[in-house]
Amino acid sequence: MNKVVSGAEEAIKGIADGMTLLVGGFGLCGIPENSIAALVNSSVKNLTCVSNNAGVDDFGLGLLLQKRQVKKMISSYVGENAEFERQLLAGELEVELIPQGTLAERCRAGGAGIPAFYVPAGYGTEVAEGKEIREFNGKPHLLEQAITGDFAIIKAWKGDTHGNLVYRATANNFNQPMAMAGKITIAEVEELVPAGTLDPAQVHTAGIFVQRIFEGKNYEKRIEKLTEKASGELASGK
Amino acid sequence: MGLTKEQIAQRIARELQDGYYVNLGIGIPTLVANYIPEGIEVVLQSENGMLGMGAFPEKGHADPDLINAGKQTVTIQPGGVFFDSATSFAMIRGGHVDLTVLGAFEVTDTGDIASWKIPGKMVKGMGGAMDLVAAAKNIIVAMQHTSKDGQSKLLKACTLPLTGVGCVKKVVTDLAVLDITEEGFVLLERAPGVSVEEIQKATDGRLVIRRDIPEMQF
Repeated sequence: MNKVVSGAEEAIKGIADGMTLLVGGFGLCGIPENSIAALVNSSVKNLTCVSNNAGVDDFGLGLLLQKRQVKKMISSYVGENAEFERQLLAGELEVELIPQGTLAERCRAGGAGIPAFYVPAGYGTEVAEGKEIREFNGKPHLLEQAITGDFAIIKAWKGDTHGNLVYRATANNFNQPMAMAGKITIAEVEELVPAGTLDPAQVHTAGIFVQRIFEGKNYEKRIEKLTEKASGELASGK
Repeated sequence: MGLTKEQIAQRIARELQDGYYVNLGIGIPTLVANYIPEGIEVVLQSENGMLGMGAFPEKGHADPDLINAGKQTVTIQPGGVFFDSATSFAMIRGGHVDLTVLGAFEVTDTGDIASWKIPGKMVKGMGGAMDLVAAAKNIIVAMQHTSKDGQSKLLKACTLPLTGVGCVKKVVTDLAVLDITEEGFVLLERAPGVSVEEIQKATDGRLVIRRDIPEMQF
């Protein structure tokens, strides 16, 4: 068992032009910063990136977009990125927008060996175009197909040398379903520990889904929208 | 004249019941959290992976790993829990969320909703809105009754790309509270100082007025 690699550069070896990458994170929360930086420093291009969002102009997947390394984005929400919008309107970038829950489940299904499944989301909308529709319990559903990636690139809080992963707070998000759906899954973690250190009952992603793991460096963990009590009492919660 | 955004949120909060799991969308729906009635406990679901969403953090205590679906830094309440996106939407799709409150550009008298795209102007994506409206047991829309140039947003048919069909159950606007039934929009309450005639004028979809319509109290 040797899943530990020296760093992001070694981890992304084998990622080639035209491949499909599943990239974990929600907004800038829980994104694989080190691996994205390594991809930006590589010459790989024409990538199809499956990611809930597309980063912001100067961070996250936005960095790959700036360098024109992405041919197609498959996402649920791509606001917050002006360069993305420019490339989209100029016809330089293909975009497929998918309802968020359907996107998460398509990845989970891809990792779980379920080639397709029915969901109600998107019935009667442009998302349904060209898809098989079938009624269950009197309600119409769309047939949605699983997504897998040549590579999945994800971020966890702690991981061990067997690839077992624990996420922190809402930084789990798409990392867990995407970890399952990569032919090769690269996990970068804030803290890499020896196997046997993590409580087996508290592991979120079992190491069987992870092929390469490394401890990342210099996490910026940029906050997309800083909201504090002093900056606005009208918030979420009692 | 008409309700403020805060008052729309305050009115929607009266629909909450003890033990409800609620998903609040971005914008006016988020404000509903500020008006949860005394003595009842409501658990807020954030579709990026949290139950028990709390208030914004104290100054200097923001945690980049702890955000809501609007990407704002938040806190978690006692009894709250984190999970992944697939599990989050299992809660939504599986009908475990009691109430969804979201905004909209347009709503129809049959419960269709358009909320995610303005062709040629705004293409940001639907996020979780299509999953939420397709599956939630109860959906309340918070919106302005008319556009800035006075066009009705309560229509017979949406002009913008749909988010979902036949799913909205109730609409709370700056002018009125309306249920959506087989007969169309059923007027339940009117904003203080707003007449039934004004609501009729501002509503393009079928409008049912069954009785004397009470004024909302604040």
